[in-house]
This record gives sequence, structure tokens and C-alpha cells, in this order.
Amino acid sequence: MALDKNDLNKIAYLARLEIAPENAERVLNDMDRILDFVDHMQQVDTEGVEPLAHPIESRQILREDRVTEPNQREALLANAPATENGCFLVPKVIE
Amino acid sequence: MDVRKLTLKQAIDGLSAGTFSAEELARSWLTTIRESDSALNSFVTLDEEYTLAQAREADRKRTSGEVLPLAGVPVAYKDIFCTQGLKTTACSKILGNFVPPYESTVTQKLKEAGAICLGKTNMDEFAMGSSNESSFFGPARNPWDTDRVPGGSSGGSAAAVAAGLAPAALGTDTGGSIRQPAAFCGITGMKPTYGRVSRRGIIAFASSLDQAGPMTRTAEDAAILLNHMCGRDPWDSTSSSEAVPDFTAELANSLKGKVLGLPKEYFAGELDSGIADALDAARKVLEQMGVTFREISLPHTHLAVPAYYVIAPAEASANLARYDGVRFGYRCENPQNLDDLYTRSRAEGFGEEVKRRILVGTYALSAGYYDAYYRKAQQIRRLIRDDFLKAFEEVDAIFCPTTPDVAFRLGEKTDDPVKMYQEDLFTIPVSLAGLPALSMPCGLVNGLPAGVQLVAPHFEESRLLNIAHQFQTETDWHTLQPGQKGA
Repeated sequence: MALDKNDLNKIAYLARLEIAPENAERVLNDMDRILDFVDHMQQVDTEGVEPLAHPIESRQILREDRVTEPNQREALLANAPATENGCFLVPKVIE
Repeated sequence: MDVRKLTLKQAIDGLSAGTFSAEELARSWLTTIRESDSALNSFVTLDEEYTLAQAREADRKRTSGEVLPLAGVPVAYKDIFCTQGLKTTACSKILGNFVPPYESTVTQKLKEAGAICLGKTNMDEFAMGSSNESSFFGPARNPWDTDRVPGGSSGGSAAAVAAGLAPAALGTDTGGSIRQPAAFCGITGMKPTYGRVSRRGIIAFASSLDQAGPMTRTAEDAAILLNHMCGRDPWDSTSSSEAVPDFTAELANSLKGKVLGLPKEYFAGELDSGIADALDAARKVLEQMGVTFREISLPHTHLAVPAYYVIAPAEASANLARYDGVRFGYRCENPQNLDDLYTRSRAEGFGEEVKRRILVGTYALSAGYYDAYYRKAQQIRRLIRDDFLKAFEEVDAIFCPTTPDVAFRLGEKTDDPVKMYQEDLFTIPVSLAGLPALSMPCGLVNGLPAGVQLVAPHFEESRLLNIAHQFQTETDWHTLQPGQKGA
């Protein structure tokens, strides 16, 4: 199957990525090659096969819901590109 | 002191006997790295004071009578393990200045056993690659021939151990990222069973596949290191509660009566004849030790790489959503609005291969395509796992090549992503099945290492280490080190 530039832009937006127009051709070409390769999966009939999400099928383990972590606000903010008054700073989102 | 030939075991013994102190040992390795690593680029972060402070602490504890099992033993960590206070980047621009506020569970466990961190090693960006060429810091090189790749994604760890710049290193393996570079560089590398080692604090790539493991010169060293890496972790809900044995306990067992399977699909067209010959010679050594071989079939092998290149990118596209330019990592200049901030930070911060995989994964998970891609891949995943489970009804472990060929040249496969992906055709099926596997050197082909891969049933790492250790008592491929020209 072949993707076109509209498809690519839609996928890129879903992934919050930007493809420079001069690279679009190459990226499309790479994706087509990868998807063609991946389509080899269609060679086998998997009707009725239960999907395997996880190699070791184990039950989900629950724990008691109580606070175990101390506040680490300063440590966690230390890597942020921009902060103000103990909060992460982003561009204005409300007009 | 020339530390290049020192194994982990010899380092432990020398420290216990007082032949050298932890500080002397650390200084010797740091000097060796400083002198030799410019040709290899195997380390991306070194902090001598950080390392020496830990070494001095190990010496102090030993003097005061507190003897820890790995006290003062230096280990190099792939730059994917979060180290508190020491930059951790996954070799991506997007994490170029990230200093973790916490320590990964596995490096914390090693620290508690007394090990010290020698430095952080080079890798493919976010562990996405088979050649170490996608690193933001430039490729690491193979010490056997610096025009060739060390493999990937744990290429820096493999190159460092092979060249004697570290006695041991940690790697991670999602589709072969420990085993393939171990094979290319002529060292021993093990991917434990999925869930054996906690993933907490390991920068996530594909969470149903990622697993950390030891990269060492000998199987014995791998067993020693693995003893301090495993176990249930409340911070990783997928870590296993399975009892953790002493992985050194079975090393000395006889191999008499063991049955190894030869999967016929792995000895077909893609395999280089030199590697096939090396495996054949290794097989004869094991036969003389009482091992019998039986041909087996893993019929869905050819579907593993296609299924993997849906599952891994799909999981990666979700995992890498966290890099948004807000809480940590790279942020673009002058964002116009929130979407612009996300989009440009990610477009500028991620490299080509990472973006390619995010796009493929996003597409595979998008509305209308989920069944055709992700669900189909998960169904194939079950078929592949069941092939292995069926084979293990007949054999104790599987014996096969790690890679179809020896280390390739830099630039040889960068133009065609699919060609690069097929590099991992022998390691990916094992990853999808979550099985433990080990690669060890079994010969040289035109002066470059060839690796044999051993695969065992879930949680049978000890069996692999036993076979590998016994093989290494009869052969000396694991003792060969690259000539000093490149290293």
C-alpha cells in the first residue's frame, strides 16, 4: 500500500512531529518500504489465534492504595526547560 | 597496571586479596579509557570524580570490615540507565541535558552490592538501531576493525568490554541489542527472561520487550553480575516474582546428556558460510562434552521481524509521547503556542530513525489500522512463542547463530531501514517470546568475531550460563582481544 503526503501529514500531526517539505518524499519512501515489509505478516492465517500482548502472561498485582512517596517537587522541576512558581511553564493556551 | 585483560572475577579476587584498591583499579581504567577511547567513542559520559568518590567509599567500607560482594568493582552502564546526578541521555538530543533525579532499580541494586559506575556508554538513539550509528554523539566503533560497527543498540558497552576499557557493562535488549553487539565484538552478552530485571529507571523503548542484561568477557562474569540484578520490584509491575537462583551454582555442572536443538530455519540461506563453519566447530566441541544435537523447526521464524516492526514502533510511539518539551528535555526556541512547542521540540529533538519508528507506530495504532497491524502482530507473536514452547518439549536449549554475518562497515546499511532491520532476524524471535538467550564468541571469520546464540525456556538463565561456561573451559575464543591497532 502506498501512503501519500496527506496521509503522512496526518500521521505526523497525530505524533506531534513535523516533516520538513524537502524530506517528505524520502520519509514516505522509507515508510512505504517498511509497511511493505511488515505486510509479510499477511502470509499467515491467524484466524482464531488469541493475541499475545505480553510474553509472560501474569496477573495484574494490586497493592494497598496509600501514599508512599515524599514530595520531590524541586528535584522533578530541576530538569524542566522553563518553570515559574513551582510549576512547569508552557505557552499561553487560553486566549 | 594493565587492566585490559582483567575479567570481572579477577577484579573481585584482586580487590578481596588487597592486590589493588578500588581507587587504584578505577584510576587504571579511567586512564585506559582516556588513552584509548578516542578511536572507539564507546563512552559518552565520564565523570572521574563521580567514579572515584564511589571507589574511595568502597575502599573505606572494606577497611571498616563491611565486605560487599562487588565492592569496588567498576561497571560501565549503557546511557539508558538513569543514574542519579549523572547525565543520562539515551544518546538523544532530546535528553541531551537530562540529569535523572533518581537511580534505576538495576543500577541501585548493583550499587548496594558495592559496584561503582565507570561511565555511561554509547548506544543507538533510544536503543533504536543495530549499528550504534543513530547515536546523537556519533557512532561507537568496533575495536576489531574501527571501520566497522560494534553492533547495536548496546554498541558502546560491547566495544568497551571487548577493548578492555571496562571489565563488564550493562546493556539492554529489545530485539537483540545485547546479543548482536556482543557477537560483533566477541564478548559474552545475555538477555535474561523478560521480567527478570526491573525496567524501572531504564528509559523505555518497547515495554513488552525491553530487558537489561550483563555484557562481559566470560559466562562466569555474566553469572556474577546477574546475581545482583534480578528480582521483583514494586516499581515495575511487569517484573517477575519468580525465585532468583544463584546463577553461579550450576556453572560447573557436566553437560553430559544435554540435548540442544538446531532450528533448521536459522541455518538457511541468510547465514554466512564462515559463521556456519564456526558454529559447526563449536557444536563438535560440545558433542565431545556429551551434548547431543537434534534438528528442530521454528516454522514462524520468517514472520518475526515484520511482527516486531509493528509491535516495537507501536509501543515506542506511546512511550516517546512523554518527550513534549514541557517537563524535561529539549525545548524549541520561541514556541508560538502549545502545539508548536510539542511539534517543533520533537521534530528538532529526535533523530531520523526515532522519528521513522514513531510514525510507523502511530500509523499502526491509528483508527482503522489497528486490527491489520497491531492485532495481527500480536497474533503472530503467540505463534512464535508457541513454536519455542513446543521445541522445548524436546530439547534443553537451542543452539543457533546470533547474527547472519560478522560486523558490517559503517554506512553500509544506513540507506535502507529494512535492510538494517533484517540484521536482527535471529535475535528478534527470542525477544518476542520473552525467552532468555546468550551470545558468546565461537570463532573468527576473516579476523572478526562470530557469535553463537543459546536460548533456554523462560527463567532458565542458569542453564545457558552452565553451557556457556563449560564451552569456555574447553575453548579460548572468549579470551581473544582485538589487536591494539584500533583499541
